[in-house]
Amino acid sequence: MKRVGVFVCHCGSNIGGVVDCAKVAETAQDYPGVVYAVDNKYMCSEPGQELIKKAIKEQNLDRVVVASCSPRMHEPTFRRCVESAGMNAYFMEMANIREHCSWVHSAEKDKATEKSCDLVKMAVAKAIMNKPLQKATIPVTDRALVIGGGIAGIQAALDLANAGHVVDVVEKEPSIGGKMAQIDKTFPTLDCSACILTPKMVDASSHPNINLITYSEVEKVDGFVGNFDVTIRKKARSIDMSVCTGCGVCMSKCPSKVDSEFEMNLSKRRAIYTPFPQAIPNKPVIDRDNCTYFKTGKCGICQKVCTLDAIDFTQEDELVVTRYGAIITATGFEQFDHSVYGEYGYGKYPDVITGMHFERLINASGPTMGKIKRPSDGKVPKNVVFIKCVGSRDEAKGKAYCSKTCCMYTAKHATLVTEKIEDSNVYIFYMDVRTGGKGYEEFYNRTREKYAAQYIRGRVSKVFKQGDKLIVRGEDTLLSRAVEIEADMVVLATAMVPQEDASKLAQKIGIGYDKDHFFTEAHPKLAPVETHTQGVYLAGACQGPKDIPESVAQASAAAAKVCGLLSKSEMLTEPIISQVNESICVGCGLCVPICPYKAIDLKTISERDHGNIIERLVADVNGGLCQGCGACTVACRSAALDLKHFTDQQILAEVNALCL
Amino acid sequence: MKYAYFPGCSLSSTGIEYDLSTRETARVLGIDLWEIPEWNCCGASSGHLTDHLLSLALPARNMAIAEEAGLDVAIPCAACYARSKATELAVSNSAEMKQEIEEVIERKYEGKSKARALLDIIANDIQSEDVKNNVQKELKGIKAACYYGCLLVRPLAVGFDDPEDPQSMDNLVKSLGGETVDWAYKTECCGASCPTTMPETGKKMLERIFKSAKDAGANCLVTACPMCLNNLDMRQGQVEKAYSEKYDMPVFYFTELTGLAFGVEPTKLGLNKHFVDAMGLVNEVLKADGGRETA
Ligand SMILES: Cc1cc2nc3c(=O)[nH]c(=O)nc-3n(C[C@H](O)[C@H](O)[C@H](O)COP(=O)(O)OP(=O)(O)OC[C@H]3O[C@@H](n4cnc5c(N)ncnc54)[C@H](O)[C@@H]3O)c2cc1C
Ligand code: SF4
Ligand code: SF4
Ligand code: SF4
Ligand code: SF4
Repeated sequence: MKRVGVFVCHCGSNIGGVVDCAKVAETAQDYPGVVYAVDNKYMCSEPGQELIKKAIKEQNLDRVVVASCSPRMHEPTFRRCVESAGMNAYFMEMANIREHCSWVHSAEKDKATEKSCDLVKMAVAKAIMNKPLQKATIPVTDRALVIGGGIAGIQAALDLANAGHVVDVVEKEPSIGGKMAQIDKTFPTLDCSACILTPKMVDASSHPNINLITYSEVEKVDGFVGNFDVTIRKKARSIDMSVCTGCGVCMSKCPSKVDSEFEMNLSKRRAIYTPFPQAIPNKPVIDRDNCTYFKTGKCGICQKVCTLDAIDFTQEDELVVTRYGAIITATGFEQFDHSVYGEYGYGKYPDVITGMHFERLINASGPTMGKIKRPSDGKVPKNVVFIKCVGSRDEAKGKAYCSKTCCMYTAKHATLVTEKIEDSNVYIFYMDVRTGGKGYEEFYNRTREKYAAQYIRGRVSKVFKQGDKLIVRGEDTLLSRAVEIEADMVVLATAMVPQEDASKLAQKIGIGYDKDHFFTEAHPKLAPVETHTQGVYLAGACQGPKDIPESVAQASAAAAKVCGLLSKSEMLTEPIISQVNESICVGCGLCVPICPYKAIDLKTISERDHGNIIERLVADVNGGLCQGCGACTVACRSAALDLKHFTDQQILAEVNALCL
Repeated sequence: MKYAYFPGCSLSSTGIEYDLSTRETARVLGIDLWEIPEWNCCGASSGHLTDHLLSLALPARNMAIAEEAGLDVAIPCAACYARSKATELAVSNSAEMKQEIEEVIERKYEGKSKARALLDIIANDIQSEDVKNNVQKELKGIKAACYYGCLLVRPLAVGFDDPEDPQSMDNLVKSLGGETVDWAYKTECCGASCPTTMPETGKKMLERIFKSAKDAGANCLVTACPMCLNNLDMRQGQVEKAYSEKYDMPVFYFTELTGLAFGVEPTKLGLNKHFVDAMGLVNEVLKADGGRETA
């Protein structure tokens, strides 16, 4: 017979104020297997834990039940406690009499006590059935993968590299830099974005521990924490990177011109191009969809003018598989497509632009050399209207959330208009002004007071063309009257939304995403850079709208987590995983698609059957991937799957204890 | 093609041309209109300002009669359409509301009979080829500012076209051989009762519509609503006087233009009944070289 000790905690008055803890301990004495039961004010405290350790030794206990708070709170504490007294950690079982009892039944004290007794009785029954479990170790590959080379990805890579770890950065565009490379000045200090970004880009490209893999995408992710096998597709660049010096002759001679994505289609680039002059790597790619040679077989000018023979039309996409210990996703955001807003002209008016267009218009290296000129006719606008929360905070047409950065960048844009255009007028339609952040509110106040931006509280109902003006009609809700402004240009602060393919990438990696397709963190407060998949971390705007300081902070946090993981060559794994009883598994494979972590595969086993060797399929759980969620165990019709520490037998013992 | 026909109160009084031209147009297109026997007023705005249930029950009675006959309802007036559609949706979306309404009207109405805007039927159900095949006189010289008003395509649940930039009427006028202009006021409010109750505000609202249509190069306005037409047509002179402007902007129902293109005699369509003279432009169209051989 097992010797069970029961320890009932008062949790100060949290439990003790409702449940009669002494009575629970007394009642527990009579449960089968219980040889010792006691109550204490704070079980988790030093004296409480000593009490448990002492009892294990003196009473010769081989099972411990702690009736206290939720296991989410103190299971690790009590596991460590019994372990230090020489007992297997999994012989300790908790009965949650706080969250599941005292907190919810404070009005019915007697019944709460009764329920606590029942909960303890169940825990005792289970503890008796518990098996000793051991943590296993798996090797950890000391190499990290960062997906996305925006400011978040760059920062994470630099931090990891400086800590001595090898990092690969996969960036889908021809250059790293992300949105920050497009931005002109940054709030709240108005320092030039390129001036603070490009040095970091250069550091990343010259760091011996960092490999930049640009113009590439993640194709497939296999494996698990410590050992992710990632297939990366290196898109054919059509340039021999080892030969090209980035002289740029080819770009200047290429005859096919297309809209430049980097310049928000406000100017042209060539078919052979780098997205911007400070691009890293500063070596071009050929955009095959728009190259005359690839479309018609004629041209080849770039090849003729390149003295180093770096142009290679025959290059093909290359797939490489590399093993990584950890992954950081930093894929950032896109701007909401405002063409759903008919009231703003469905994206038809060229002078109704987005914030990012404005960044390019005001940028000294942009299409207008930093002179603000409106796209339709190149005139300098005098009256500029900004509309905030376009696609944000609008459940009818856009997203429910606030995009967080646009109040600040609109204030920034307003100051820049006033600084650059004499006699200009700036009007800003807003719902609320949200400028939480160091120095942010002050910046906004300056925009109003020093730069005389006129903030109008209300929504715009319509933007329409009259002659060469855009009439912006809206409501001033503070004055309760309709307003109409003759504008030369309208700038929309469009919502930040995740990359279009964010959900697909999440599925490849096996991480969660929310209804808006932002990647989900493991805990909104206490694990904001972790995901539910061990070894995968988040940085920057791919997790939710963020400005640069927040993206950088999160990137460094993610890097610190990865450093922790990669600092050891081996790691312990949780033993509470699913196990297959191969003798009754029929190999139907029903469990395979059920597992959210792709932990189950079918494998072939050979066995002896009436003297013959036969082969058949059975399920195989990958211990590194299984997170112990238990989903598969209920899917299996043969009951071949069982979750360790929550086996059918153990659960039934609890049910029996309660009902029989 | 057969529909229950709900003309609504306006179409037997101020909007009589709408009724005349609807019937003529339907005849040419082979649409059989069965006027709902003993129909009652849809309640319009007074109904739903008075009582929610009343506003749903009034159109429900008409819809119920159509449902008994197994027909969808063709409705020319934008307000009648909006009210009837609201009833249809209320009944379809809530079993409770359906029961309540049925008790009030003492008939069954399950939302099976659908409220359809006449414009939607003619512009969208009928193939533009079929419309074109019936054209005997192309609308040469017509440069129409198609005016949908604030009600016809809104809210989204009730509307049948884009709520900000609807195109049904524009496409129809083009099928008839006319031109349309791109303008900013096609879904603005005509002022409804404002021109009566608050003349200054009402006139201002109308002025902007006229001005915007004129600036866009239109020579007439086309509507699908007797209230809009009333304001735009009857009050145009007052607005001209108040703003010392001359618009000379005849205002048509889309059915009048359709009938005209189909070769129906203008007086049979009520085209001679307008405040702002429409016959001048009509005669220009008739004189222009837009005739087609009829088989
Ligand atoms: C108009 C505007 C003005 C702004 N102004 C300011 C400002 O003044 N100050 C401030 O603090 N913030 C500002 N912001 C916010 C700032 O842009 C973001 O905080 C910042 O860019 C977030 O960095 P990130 O690295 O997370 O994302 P991003 O900058 O979006 O970078 C993500 C990178 O990942 C790459 N990528 C995406 N998907 C994949 C994939 N599947 N595989 C490989 N690579 C991928 C992208 O190509 C990109 O290079 C502004 C934003 C806007 C829209
Ligand atoms: S071959 Fe293509 S990339 Fe090269 S110059 Fe011609 S069009 Fe440009
Ligand atoms: S940050 Fe400001 S502009 Fe952007 S969504 Fe939030 S409230 Fe709207
Ligand atoms: S317990 Fe969950 S994570 Fe583990 S194999 Fe089963 S379904 Fe997958
Ligand atoms: S474990 Fe169960 S569900 Fe999975 S293959 Fe075997 S029998 Fe099928």
